[in-house]
Formats: sequence, C-alpha cells, structure tokens
Amino acid sequence: MSNGLLAIEKIKERFGESTVVETKDAHNEITIVVSRDAILDVAGFLRDEPSLQYNFLSDICGVDWPGRTERFEVVYNLYSMKYGSRLRLKARLPEKDPALPSVTDVWPTANWHEREAFDLYGIEFTGHPDLRRILNPDDFEGFPYRKDFPIR
Amino acid sequence: MPVSERMVLNVGPQHPSTHGVLRLVVELEGETILRITPHIGYLHRAIEKLCETKTYLQCIPLTDRLDYLAPLSNNLGFVLAVEKLFGLTVPRRAQYLRVIMAELTRISSHLIWLGTHAMDIGAITMFLYTFREREATYDLFDLAHGARMNVSYMRVGGLARDVPEDFVKRLRAFVRELPERIDEYETLLTKNRIWLNRTRGVGVLSASDAIALGVSGPNLRASGVAWDMRKACPYSAYDEFNFNIPTGANGDVYDRYLVRLTEMRESARIIEQALDALPEGPIAIEDAKIVFPPRDLLSKDMESLIHHFMLVAEGFSPPEGECYVSIEAPKGELGFYVVSDGGPRPYRVKVRAPSFVNLQAISKMAEGRLIADLVAIIGSIDIVLGEIDR
Repeated sequence: MSNGLLAIEKIKERFGESTVVETKDAHNEITIVVSRDAILDVAGFLRDEPSLQYNFLSDICGVDWPGRTERFEVVYNLYSMKYGSRLRLKARLPEKDPALPSVTDVWPTANWHEREAFDLYGIEFTGHPDLRRILNPDDFEGFPYRKDFPIR
Repeated sequence: MPVSERMVLNVGPQHPSTHGVLRLVVELEGETILRITPHIGYLHRAIEKLCETKTYLQCIPLTDRLDYLAPLSNNLGFVLAVEKLFGLTVPRRAQYLRVIMAELTRISSHLIWLGTHAMDIGAITMFLYTFREREATYDLFDLAHGARMNVSYMRVGGLARDVPEDFVKRLRAFVRELPERIDEYETLLTKNRIWLNRTRGVGVLSASDAIALGVSGPNLRASGVAWDMRKACPYSAYDEFNFNIPTGANGDVYDRYLVRLTEMRESARIIEQALDALPEGPIAIEDAKIVFPPRDLLSKDMESLIHHFMLVAEGFSPPEGECYVSIEAPKGELGFYVVSDGGPRPYRVKVRAPSFVNLQAISKMAEGRLIADLVAIIGSIDIVLGEIDR
C-alpha cells in the first residue's frame, strides 16, 4: 500500500470517517480533502505519525471555484523525506467565511505561503503570526487571483 | 550614540547586493542583527494569473520569466506537469536533451551566482572569470534555441526543435574544459583566507531548521540533507545517469559555496554521459493535436496546415484533473501545481518557487551576526526575484 493510501486510513482511524470529506487517487497522486476545522490536527498528525512523517511542506496555494457551495480550496502539497512519498491535503471554505486555522506551528515554512494565499485570494488563516499581504502593496484593494477579479 | 541602541536599517529595494528588487528591513543592536523582515513583490507580474488566460503553449514563454537565470528548468517543470495530466511519455532523445539542457542551465545559473556572490564579498576578479564561461553557455543556448535568455525551448510532448549538428561537439568541448575552469576558481577562493573569514561559520542554518522552513536545493544540502529531486523521484531519465549529491556539514555560507561548486562538476559529468548515450530518433511525440507539424509541411500538406492553425488558434485541452510535479532546479525544488478543467487554458497554475521559500530562512541565518555578514548571506541563498515575485 502506498503511503498516501495509508495516510487516508490512518486519518480515518484517528479522527473518524466524517473528517475525511473526499479522497482521490489520480496520476499516482493521492489527494485527501478534510473538513477545515480539522486541518491543524490532521497536519500535526501527518507530520508526527511515525508511519507517515510528512515533514516537508512544499507548497500551499488557494484555488477559486466560483459557483461551488464551498468556493475556495486551500491546497497543501506535502512530502515525506523518510518515505519519499507525496501527499496532497485540501480544505474547502465557503465564500462568506473563507477562514481556517494556520499550520505555521506545524510547518514554519507555511508562513509566507499563507500570506500569499491571503494576499491573492483573501483567505484568512487564524492564528497566523503575521498575516499581511506579501506580493501586493498593503493598500491594494481586492484579491487579484479570484476568478471575478478583472484581468485588465 | 550608545552601542546598545536599537536601529532599523532599510536595505534595498535598489541596492547592488540584493540581486534585484529585494527590500530588507534590518533591526540592529549596535552592529548585531536582531531580525530581518524581507519585503518582496516589486517584480510581481501575476504570471500565475496570466497563465489562466493563455493556452498551455502560450504559458511556456511566461515560465521563462520566472527564474530568468534558469529558463530551461522552468520550461521543463511546466511541460512535465502538463504531460502528466495527459499521461504522455516523450521520446528518449527528447528526455536526454532535456537533461542536457537542464544541467547546462544549472551550470549557467551557478556561474552567475558564483560571480556575483564573490563580487559582493569583494572578490571582483571572480566575476570576470565566471562570466567568461557563462557567456559560453549562453552561446550554446543561442545555438540550440535561437535565444540566449528567454529560450522557450521545451514543448508539451517534446522539444521545439532538434539541436544543430555542431551543438554536440561544442557542448562536449565545453564540459571537458569546465572542471579545469572550476579548479581555477578554487585556487582563487577555496583556501583564500579572506574568503574563509567572510564565509566560514557565517549564516549557519541547521538541517532541522532548513527542513522546517521548507528550504531546498543547494541551501538544504549544505546543511547536510542529501535531498535532491533528481534522485528522490527521478524524472526525464535522470535515473540512467551516475552522479553524486554533494552535501555540506556546517550549513554555512562556505558550505553552500562548496556544494554549488561540486554540483557544477557533477552537472558536467551528467552532460558527458548524456552526450555519450544520446539516442537517435524523434524529439517529440507523434500527435498532431498536441505537437506542431514540421514547418516545411505547412506549404505542402493541407492537414498539417489545419493542425497548425488549430494549435495556434485553440491550443490543446488536457483532461480534467490536477497534478503537482517538482524538479530539481538550480535553486531547489521547483514545483508546478496545475489544475485543468478540461479546457484549452489552465484553470490554475501555482509555481512553487524555490527562491521564494529559501528567502524565508534569511532571518534565521542572519540573527546574531554582524551587519557586515548580511551581504555574504544574501548572496549565499542564491535568490532570483523573478520567481520570488512571479
């Protein structure tokens, strides 16, 4: 069993079936969508569980899906140096309240990634030590990577 | 002014040692650095958002402008991601040529880093030497791609064109000569007392801090972690070559220097092996819906003309899905997260730029050091603002 599939089982076992919203196995990449309230606990578990050890957070990014009930997706691309395995973790957020816990305590590298997702998509990371815009100036209005932001 | 008084010093965004438009706000106590807050975004062009408005083919020139010192690595990461969505495997000649180009790019990028980094610290002569060899790499790019910098050479499904005949001969001469040139650089720096004093024990980053901060590439390996995407998850036939992953022990500026120097030697070895075993055959897959027909067919063959027209006007549409592909770029893990909604334009492209992540570690590296060390530390991270700001 690949480590990604193992991660699905372990998360279900530890946090219950309802935490895992959806899973996908495509192009040899495993995706796990978890409920947003569980994201911090799941992140810590994925890093610390001896049989998984996703110690390296490659990237976090936002994706905008206007029209969906939960408009925003936050995507975490993880890597386990011990097992050489990749995993994609996701959480979905409604348009009205696009907020979820920050994972900076689990992977300090998340700091700038989360600032970028905040800057470009307006996603609020609660508990982030320094949630400011990062690429755009502080007085910039709007969230430019949202699909409804005009291109010119 | 009493020595213990705190001071906030602004460095950049227009400053020769920041390698572009980087601004650092440095908090000092006397001459000691307490904290650094980087301010980035001066070169933000919203490349990822622009990709959403262009066909996949039109995205390739945009990737050139990420890390503009390693355009071929960016090309490679992007086309590998799109090929993964399609489930394509490119012909072996294309795979080998991609390896050759990616390694030549690594050499070229490291040469620029070495020249500018050494110049920052005061060894101005280095710049003149490394730019001599760097010029040779750009001549080779020019020969193969018709451009020096923004090459846009790779295509989904293969390469834009095959290399000309004398390219192989000239590249071979270059990689044969390179190790001697690197020996020359080393005589100037490796045991130079001023160089050692300026770089040893400076900007130390421990392995655990490096991993926690997401640092990758030569910076991570200098801290002793032998993690390299070419070995960890080989792509484009990298598993067919013999090469070593150099690592450091102390994670300081000096180790980063040694690691990159050794990497250039290893890249030359890889290129030699790839040239020795360079397979014959096509440089792209045979799929008229993805790859342009040969130019000379356009005036002879109606069907080719139609395919060409359709590829330019509409492009191609990978199946709906998402994937994350990362490669070992000269600066570290370069990742492309590409989401397709089944249309001819990417729904979302996220570039995991190594410089963006590596720069985050600067405060950790510089805390407690003297302000005079800052320039050495900035240079040692090897950042390119083009990919930091995107």
